Amino acid sequence: MKKTKFYSVHEKLGAKIVDFVGFKMPVQYTSIIAEHKAVRTSVGVFDVSHMGEIIIRGDKALDLVQYLTVNDVSLLVDGRVQYSAMCYPNGGIVDDLLVYRMSQKEFMLVVNASNKDKDYARMKENNTFGVDIIDESDQYSLLAVQGPNSKDVIEKICDRPLDLEYYHFFFAKVAGIDMIVSRTGYTGELGYELYFKGNETDAEKVWNSLFEAGKFFDIQPVGLGARDSLRLEMGFCLYGNDIDQTTNTIEAGLGWITKLKKPNFIGKDALIKVKEEGPKRKLVPMISDGKAFPRHGYELSLDGKVVGYITSGTVSPILDKAIALGYVQSEFAKEGTRINFLIRGKEIPAIITKLPFVIN
Amino acid sequence: MNIPVNLKYTKDHEWIKIEGNVGTIGISDYAQSELGDIVYVDINPELTEILLNESFGTIEAVKTVSDLYAPVTGKVLELNKRLNDEPQLINTDPYGEGWIIKVELTDLSQLNYLLDSETYQAQLGG
Repeated sequence: MKKTKFYSVHEKLGAKIVDFVGFKMPVQYTSIIAEHKAVRTSVGVFDVSHMGEIIIRGDKALDLVQYLTVNDVSLLVDGRVQYSAMCYPNGGIVDDLLVYRMSQKEFMLVVNASNKDKDYARMKENNTFGVDIIDESDQYSLLAVQGPNSKDVIEKICDRPLDLEYYHFFFAKVAGIDMIVSRTGYTGELGYELYFKGNETDAEKVWNSLFEAGKFFDIQPVGLGARDSLRLEMGFCLYGNDIDQTTNTIEAGLGWITKLKKPNFIGKDALIKVKEEGPKRKLVPMISDGKAFPRHGYELSLDGKVVGYITSGTVSPILDKAIALGYVQSEFAKEGTRINFLIRGKEIPAIITKLPFVIN
Repeated sequence: MNIPVNLKYTKDHEWIKIEGNVGTIGISDYAQSELGDIVYVDINPELTEILLNESFGTIEAVKTVSDLYAPVTGKVLELNKRLNDEPQLINTDPYGEGWIIKVELTDLSQLNYLLDSETYQAQLGG
């Protein structure tokens, strides 16, 4: 089991540690609900160093990334980030990821920890472009600093003004350490992600500086539990829950990142077919006044018939209502449709709504 | 970990307080801490009886759902209605305001099979 460079920090803070995709990760420090609210109202820090960082470098780096991913990488300029996905030839999703354009000949792909080895292997397999593919995941630490006060906190210890637009990044020193500062995150709040290399001492220096700078804002450490409820309030997909090799980007509501007009890429033909015929099912957001908790794998029913299943669910700490994502047969997927969560044999009324669940 | 000596426990982390032939039941401090934020206690409001070792409801925490097992057989006297709106009382006061159900015991000999605080503590330690 791997540990991130913040492991001893988490232990000292008394975090509840779980095994998560091969890493010892903090799931919560105090309470998932309290940590969730800290991010929505002030600022929180997540250790997400388990994420994978893969560098693609070479004259034809752009061509390989274009071929591997569904979004149009040619639209990126240096210092910009793009949300994208890798698909199989049949349109099933290999992984969802972020593409960072470092330069014309270098990209950094940030992938899910659970998929990193699989992704890396697929990149290698499809490298007919003669570029270098380097897995730097073990070298990078990654902290997400998220919440309305995140900018004020980082700016105190950053050697340049944080004038970053959404999905942009730059290189800077934070707490005296060289890093990539990226205005991205998985919470829907104003937030930044800090990528840096170095040993445990460096990692702890960054962590401690952030908490010192954030004292005034009552900055909190936030675990994977709240990371999940925060992303779900926004309706962001989680690989393994809402998307996987059996789902395609069109039915998952990721048509907006699927650029079917760009030149050849893996999965293009299959995805064009889905788009033309219309997906048989759709990932929809649902909300319920019931207090029972919708969870991954529970069924959805309408007029006594099963019409789909839940892929992610929680009780929203902000709305105090049950919220869920799930796949529903397309004919029943319209906003406003009344549907039931099947929870331990009981039908709990819900309604198909629109995203995000929580509006900032 | 708080484990009051005046209560009896099950290996499934329920506690029961005996007063005459009335038992008040909840979950232990250890159980609430393992579950994390509790958001819903799901017990049929029409429930009239609980049966030894059988599930009489479920308790929903943010990360997981867990069955509630009856430490004894008994007739239901009262459900803690405050938990409908404040399920987090189980987190903040598991042995007090976070009690879950009160029953009238039908067979007091069942108490002999429950764990005392020391044995329960030892089980957690192991």
